[in-house]
Amino acid sequence: MDAIVLQILNGLDKGGAYALIALGLTLTFGTLGVVNFAHGALFMLGAFCAVSFNKLISLEQVILDATQKTAWGTALEVRTPYVEVWLGDVGTALLNYSVPLSILFTIPVMLIFGVIMERGLIKHFYNRPHADQILVTFGLAIVLQEIIKHYFGANPIPQVAPDIVAGSANIGLWIGLGDSVVYPWWRLVYFAFSAIVIFGVFAFLQFTTFGMVVRAGMRDREMVSLLGINIERRFTIIFGLAAIVAGMAGAMYTPILPPDYHMGMDFLVLSFVVVVVGGMGSLGGAVAAGFLLGVLQSFASMNEIKSIIPGIDQIIIYLVAVVILLTLPRGLMGRKGVMED
Amino acid sequence: MSGSKRKFTRRSALKTGAAAGAALAAPMIFIRSAQAAYCNAPKGSTVTLGFNVPQTGAYADEGADELRAYKLAVKHLNGGGDGGMLNTFKPSVLKGNGILGKKVAFVTGDTQTKSDAARASAKRMIEKDGAVMITGGSSSGVAIATQGLCQEAGVIFMAGLTHSNDTTGKDKRRNGFRHFFNAYMSGAALGPVLEKEYGKQRRAYHLTADYTWGWTQEESMKNTTEALGWKTSKTVKTPVGAGDFSQYITPVLNSGADVLILNHYGKDMINSLTQAVQFGLRDKQVNGKNFEIVVPLFSRLMAQGAGEAIKGILGSTNWNWSLQDEASKAFVKSFGAEYGAPPSMAAHTCYVQALLYANACEMAGTFSPAQVVKSLEGFKFDGMGNGPTEYRASDHQCFKDVLVVRGNQNPTSQFDLLEVVEVTPRSQVEYDPSIFGGNLGPVNAKSC
Repeated sequence: MDAIVLQILNGLDKGGAYALIALGLTLTFGTLGVVNFAHGALFMLGAFCAVSFNKLISLEQVILDATQKTAWGTALEVRTPYVEVWLGDVGTALLNYSVPLSILFTIPVMLIFGVIMERGLIKHFYNRPHADQILVTFGLAIVLQEIIKHYFGANPIPQVAPDIVAGSANIGLWIGLGDSVVYPWWRLVYFAFSAIVIFGVFAFLQFTTFGMVVRAGMRDREMVSLLGINIERRFTIIFGLAAIVAGMAGAMYTPILPPDYHMGMDFLVLSFVVVVVGGMGSLGGAVAAGFLLGVLQSFASMNEIKSIIPGIDQIIIYLVAVVILLTLPRGLMGRKGVMED
Repeated sequence: MSGSKRKFTRRSALKTGAAAGAALAAPMIFIRSAQAAYCNAPKGSTVTLGFNVPQTGAYADEGADELRAYKLAVKHLNGGGDGGMLNTFKPSVLKGNGILGKKVAFVTGDTQTKSDAARASAKRMIEKDGAVMITGGSSSGVAIATQGLCQEAGVIFMAGLTHSNDTTGKDKRRNGFRHFFNAYMSGAALGPVLEKEYGKQRRAYHLTADYTWGWTQEESMKNTTEALGWKTSKTVKTPVGAGDFSQYITPVLNSGADVLILNHYGKDMINSLTQAVQFGLRDKQVNGKNFEIVVPLFSRLMAQGAGEAIKGILGSTNWNWSLQDEASKAFVKSFGAEYGAPPSMAAHTCYVQALLYANACEMAGTFSPAQVVKSLEGFKFDGMGNGPTEYRASDHQCFKDVLVVRGNQNPTSQFDLLEVVEVTPRSQVEYDPSIFGGNLGPVNAKSC
């Protein structure tokens, strides 16, 4: 029982990341009809927003201590972050909370980047075949990757969660399973964060006039335009919103997985599988499939399962995708007519 | 009588001299052409070495440091800088004027920590850039693949960071040499320390990188700990570059194991150790004992990436910059002055390999792999930071002391991350080469 609870939790936090990326992918596909292979790169850019923010507030004052020497004979460098020099304990707290605070930096950066990307590149491909869209966005993803690699190097850059959530929560005690079920606090925070963002996006689309117009545009773009509504502008904002969601997902994921330039590609393929399994253009399907596949992947990693089918943890997602698409060709919640032309 | 006498004229003297000269020179001409009949025999005033290191991928940290060390070795071989370990290495015939009077040049390749990519870049350096020797590593899968390619191509391979028993075991090759220690030696060195620190009644759970190095590391640690009386609770293979290890760590929590042995390295090690600590393993008590984590292969670069998680963790290493012998101090001084940070063990082994190759060429008087192999086989040396060392002729594995280290609880600087717990003498880590099988085969010094 303990093992099952733990694997469900593992699946939920991983599924949270899948769901957030797939949600953004589905938003761009559903509104703009664009297959955006650069979406994984947006997740990676968000993670590097967190890294940049941390580097920015960790800029150090370097004082050479001539009384102490390094092993190679130079004066020892004593390094203190400027925020600690200037703000004392407040500066220390800022450094400690750099990952959650980086969200405030990530949102405007990703919004601006998303809007520029849509206006500067994506809009020229609205009426082109999906193959062209895939090629150009995949190319963009590689360019973004290489830029990040150039400036940040190829190696992962660890980011630390705030001290207050650095340890593990004894979940077993909460649910009456003793003290054998513990789970890292930050992963629980990430799951809660994903749930809030997903709820926020749905609420935005469901309960605001802007969201209503966007949903109408997703159903029938021409009709909405004929009513005199500038649907293009709204779709640009939606692209920015999708970039924000991917970026925030990446920034908050950094204490779980130290980011490197390639992390977007690692998630992209899985997220496309999630979108297809959920049903092209279905927001609810993307979220449901994200969590479903995350949990299944975790269960497939259990020793008991792997002893029966070795290597199942590596292929489970693709296997499930095949089974679902054979039985439900439009995915879990796919709509008729989407990508069927 | 006078008619039978041959007249010795100036013309006949010249003819006889020319014939005798040609006869005497002929063997030398054949010898010279025989010597030149090897792959990428250097022409002109330079000799090109190929540095094949991971610049991307899971072991990119080590690769970057390896490349720094190679560049420093080239500088010292060409007479630049303070000479580093050229001043302490003995017996050495290196003069600081390149190798055999030729200035050392180099080309680099990115192995991407993938065997295919490593072979492709090594092939490019041999066929296009004319590299007479390939060196590098940071992954045993890569090292074994590159070693095989170099054997086929007929160039020397001086392995960098590769820790699998197979490199100088079942996959050993006559053209390949390894200075770095191996998984067997890690197990043999760690055994007594683990017994002393954690006792004889333990249950170990292994998480193992799923490739040649991980397999031999797991096997060596399993053999060592079971010989101590420990039980093996479970061994689980994990894909290289898995990133998130949570699904592999959670089963450990309730497995009944009280020790987790992480047979991971590089980025995988950083992620798995950090996540194991996040899951509270080090705060657990199992079977009435504190839960412990062991990392059989440690490096300072990994310790840096893992941060706080590394404190108190036991492991083994080939070399550490804090050693106080003259050779280590000379190398740290050179490297630190050049790059502003001390060298890692990966950097150390690569620097040493470059110098050993250069010295072997000088000793042989040629770059011909056949002669260089002879110079290196059974070569005994000192002054390279590991005490007296020998390149065993039967498997091309270096034998020297091994360090058991612990993550420093109270580091005095950002680099002071590992403390040496014990220097395990060479005699304790030696083994019969036949236990790992393999065959060196003949030297390949063909033309390419």
